[in-house]
Amino acid sequence: MKKILMKGNEALAEGALIAGCAAFFGYPITPSSEIAEYMARKMPPKGLTFVQAESELAAINMVYGGAATGKRVMTASSGPGLSLKQEGISFIAEAELPCLIVNISRGGPGLGGIQPAQSDYFQATRGGGHGDYYTIVLAPSSVQEMMDFTIQGFELADTYRTPVLVMAEGTLGQMMEPVEIRPEVVPAFEKPWAITGCKGRKPNIVNTLHLSPDYLEERNRHLYCKYQEIKNKEKRAETFMVEDADIVLVAFGLLSRIARKAAMEARRQGIKVGLIRPVTLWPFPAEHIKKAAEQARVFLSLEISMGQMIEDIKLAVNGKAPVELYGRIGIIPSPEEITRQIMLLAEREGLK
Amino acid sequence: MAKGIVSFDTGRCKACELCVYFCPKDVLGLDHNNINVMGYHPVAALQPDNCTGCGICALMCPDLVIVVERE
Amino acid sequence: MKTVAQRPQSLTTAKFHYCPGCTHGIIHRLVAECLDELKMRENAIGICPVGCSVLAYDYFNCDMLEAAHGRAPAIATGIKRLLPDRCVFTYQGDGDLASIGMGEIVHASARGENISVIFVNNTIYGMTGGQMAPTTLLGQVTTTSPYGRKKEEAGYPVRMAELLAQNEGSAYICRTAVNDPVNVTKTKKAIKKALTTQMNGLGFSMVEVLSTCPTNWGLSPLEALNWMDENMIPYYPLGEFKVREVE
Repeated sequence: MKKILMKGNEALAEGALIAGCAAFFGYPITPSSEIAEYMARKMPPKGLTFVQAESELAAINMVYGGAATGKRVMTASSGPGLSLKQEGISFIAEAELPCLIVNISRGGPGLGGIQPAQSDYFQATRGGGHGDYYTIVLAPSSVQEMMDFTIQGFELADTYRTPVLVMAEGTLGQMMEPVEIRPEVVPAFEKPWAITGCKGRKPNIVNTLHLSPDYLEERNRHLYCKYQEIKNKEKRAETFMVEDADIVLVAFGLLSRIARKAAMEARRQGIKVGLIRPVTLWPFPAEHIKKAAEQARVFLSLEISMGQMIEDIKLAVNGKAPVELYGRIGIIPSPEEITRQIMLLAEREGLK
Repeated sequence: MAKGIVSFDTGRCKACELCVYFCPKDVLGLDHNNINVMGYHPVAALQPDNCTGCGICALMCPDLVIVVERE
Repeated sequence: MKTVAQRPQSLTTAKFHYCPGCTHGIIHRLVAECLDELKMRENAIGICPVGCSVLAYDYFNCDMLEAAHGRAPAIATGIKRLLPDRCVFTYQGDGDLASIGMGEIVHASARGENISVIFVNNTIYGMTGGQMAPTTLLGQVTTTSPYGRKKEEAGYPVRMAELLAQNEGSAYICRTAVNDPVNVTKTKKAIKKALTTQMNGLGFSMVEVLSTCPTNWGLSPLEALNWMDENMIPYYPLGEFKVREVE
């Protein structure tokens, strides 16, 4: 199959079009703006809807309205924009509307920087806004996955009637790699709940206000049943040489590829290193970590942040082994840098 | 002879008296011998023969209390 | 005998929870009558605000969506862009539209979104217990302007109809009131004109309806209508501020 050299952001946008995305609502923000620009070029000639909203806040609310009509809709932004969207995402999650939200993540907090980061992990995996809810979070590690995970994201959103977040470091959005263009998807989901005008049926209401305490609790339990089903069926991770590993690296996104190279180098130097790469950040693939904790001596969380995923690793390891962190901010470590950290750890643990 | 007939869903009435005030023929008033389920004295046609069926009462009513019929 | 006034089809049988004399009830009915008369009930999608009318989804007998505070024009944009032949309307109060939602309403109007906005302006925040609104008049006492609104502290009330009429994207902007039968009738005409403006694809339409809040103004329903006439109408003049005709 023919491959095309594509920029990550554009591969993601093309993936959305392949998945049958009918509307893009977004606001420019570095390093995600190319997604909006690609959609602005490609959507109108196809008769699809592109709106540059006045803010990220307006954009997520356009998504809320668009999703309520039953069509596939999305928005894309970066850290500060995702913060603005949290109210809207909470509403969309409660209303059980499917949609795709993209975070091409940059350094924070505040205006931060435009360098890549992984410091929106908490925001992404703990609901992010007010109230009890989660969104599915997919973390691509290549330009091909930018396309593929976007297509899968729309399917998951419709399957579970829930917002799906695709989160990638800024670098992934900007870099170029060869991509195999996937075949078009025809969305095939019935949506009797959609608001489209009540011809031939009783009116539908999409609302999130539930003043009766009993009913509100029932709604929350219902959402959590759904989240449990997602946890049972949709956790995904990749493992690399974990079966006999003394040191287990955990890394997601683009960083996981660098971690893999570092692991291979450490193996060449005689250290038994393995890698677990969470593909879904929520639901977090805790079982993979738990299994590795049965024989691993130490875990090393590699993150482009001050350490956020490490908390989920520690929960999964549950005290069976120490969990260390190597984190950089806005800087992607080189494989050599990580290998150095592995060797230091190996020495500390008496593994050398 | 009245040209209009007004009837009331008294359970919806909150005794705001907009209809009473705006009726051009002084047909309406609160019925102080009656209390509805919400605790208000609901509107009644105290002088039904004056009613012309103009519909102003229903126009001003915020609570869909009044049905107006006209010859 | 023929029936000249009854509950419109576009309203459900649910009892309104509004205070006695609250003009929301009148305005809901006028919107519903217009939807009936234009035969648009099955085509209509309404977006209700956060405010006293947050429960409007229980009252309008068409597809309804509840919005986050102020966001209705953005939500309406999402819906109308994807379903351009539906009649999409928002129903918003003064806090919803003119405070937290100021960005969304100005831009929906600037973009000329083919939506119709019913703006219920009663110069106060009703649902949350009577705080100052962007439309509260100078000198007006509210729970957050207990000494009367002062321009040095809180600036001046905003005139939304005039503001939005400036945008090229606005096709029909009108301000009416519901303090007496003549004005109620004019309000209905304006709402109908807003909806037909939308269905003709002419652009953004809004009817700002001056309304009362007897409970938080501390007045009886009839006194409140009088207060509106004496205080609000002089500052918020009635009339059409923008009219675009079909070419």
